[in-house]
Amino acid sequence: MENRPLEYDYSVAKLFMFTTIVLGIVGMLIGVILAFQLAFPSINLLLGEGLAEYTNFSRLRPLHTDAVIFGFTLSGVFATWYYIGQRVLKVSMAESGFLMFIGKLHFWLYVVGVAAVVVSLFMGITTSKEYAEFEWPIDIAIVIVWVLWGISVFGLIGIRRERSLYISIWYYIATFLGIAMLYLFNNMEVPTYFASGGIGAWYHSVSMYSGTNDALVQWWYGHNAVAFGFTVPIVAMIYYFLPKESGQAVYSYKLSLLSFWGLMFVYLWAGGHHLLFSTVPDWMQTMGSVFSVILILPSWGSAINMLLTMKGEWQQVASSPLIKFMVLASTFYMFSTLEGPIQAIKSVNALAHFTDWIVGHVHDGVLGWVGFMIMAALFHMAPRVFKRELYSKALMTTQFWIQTLGVVLYFTSMWIAGITQGMMWRAHDEFGNLAYSFIDTVTVLHPYYTIRAVGGLLYLIGFFMFAYNIYKTMSARPVEENELQSATPMAA
Amino acid sequence: MDIADIQAYAYFFFTGFLVLVLYGYIYHLYSSERKGERDYEKYGDIALNDEVTDKPVETISEKEIEKKEA
Repeated sequence: MENRPLEYDYSVAKLFMFTTIVLGIVGMLIGVILAFQLAFPSINLLLGEGLAEYTNFSRLRPLHTDAVIFGFTLSGVFATWYYIGQRVLKVSMAESGFLMFIGKLHFWLYVVGVAAVVVSLFMGITTSKEYAEFEWPIDIAIVIVWVLWGISVFGLIGIRRERSLYISIWYYIATFLGIAMLYLFNNMEVPTYFASGGIGAWYHSVSMYSGTNDALVQWWYGHNAVAFGFTVPIVAMIYYFLPKESGQAVYSYKLSLLSFWGLMFVYLWAGGHHLLFSTVPDWMQTMGSVFSVILILPSWGSAINMLLTMKGEWQQVASSPLIKFMVLASTFYMFSTLEGPIQAIKSVNALAHFTDWIVGHVHDGVLGWVGFMIMAALFHMAPRVFKRELYSKALMTTQFWIQTLGVVLYFTSMWIAGITQGMMWRAHDEFGNLAYSFIDTVTVLHPYYTIRAVGGLLYLIGFFMFAYNIYKTMSARPVEENELQSATPMAA
Repeated sequence: MDIADIQAYAYFFFTGFLVLVLYGYIYHLYSSERKGERDYEKYGDIALNDEVTDKPVETISEKEIEKKEA
């Protein structure tokens, strides 16, 4: 035993890879059901009248958003942390029994938290705050899970061999600190049972803020959930996986540092754009718009850095489906970080607010950027974790094209639907009477809702192909250590 | 001037201040590399040479390494 060479220990990473896939399927499946419900309302009664309470749009919607944010994405963040963290700090989890225990405890408590969320949301127990629907007992459990992850992050940093923290580590630290701060402040709530001396359900609560203040804190949180859940940790992933897979060091390390601080500085103040034309102070709305537009710079700083990392190596995009996923992810990152600021400009927002264009924007970011990057990360990790080559390159390439088509159908249909919707809502005759009623818009939008649902279905089909590919990798041809240096080994 | 005005002005000037800090940071990155004090680009190799047996780009302490090699 004593002579056995030191190796990285991926047991916790493996567990989180599993939940990434399972919760990805759950979140995306519910998403597809919701999309079809919007196009064909009878699907609200999917399992009959008796179970309509559990299958209607409003009950399922928070399950979709929370499953993809806190299930699929966070699992992906944790899985990649327990993989990248060890490697760039050059320290193995096997070297610390304490960190291994904390890592496993982190995973199992996370699973308990997920179960509590799924059950409570299905039962209709919710605080009604978007992306913060969990009642206070679950919030406390989530804080404990988060603190355990923090112990893992800083514990591993504490015993590292590599003195400098690679840029990805900075982004993981920012994810930890950012979400901790946002989650605590937005979920400040009063448990009504205890505050009232025993009235109502014990788990029920109301927000500690009210009215406009509640909206401000909520969208400071809501937008930064996008920042620190869908952007910062995904940038951490691409800064490691793209250089490693392509064998090319990041194009400019200085630019990565600069983009990091730029992103930290700007992102936190952009949330005001969710409240344009509402009751929050006008200067706050303007600053929300201004910060959103400036946000293009640090976002593109990272994305361009990634594309330039491929300089002179573009043939890899053609030959490797894994590089395809990452290059398209960073392209979608550029695309959605240009689209977002455009939507945040007041005059554009006057048209876009509350329309399907916003839904389209979220999904080109999440399907194209977050989803592609997390799947690419797992594709890269699987052969190293299981010491086997990827089961099928052909399956992976097919998946790539099916999902790309799915994303394109999704956002183009939502663009057309959203702008049509916005134009119809504001159209009026020469006397100022509205030209259309709500049902007129529904009739016009129906074909686009159907296209969106088909786009989402294609993405889900691709995700099943991904899950199957990873599953089969577990029993594929074993590989030697030297095959894992940079480009991932994959069977034809 | 009420509290909302003070908040707005404070927000504006604090933003201006942070912009200066950010530009100062860019200047610091490039000037310290030009003066030869630091080579930032070598840190990109941390991702490429990341086996547990690879030599760290910058070791945490020379003594610790000697102890491990012994």
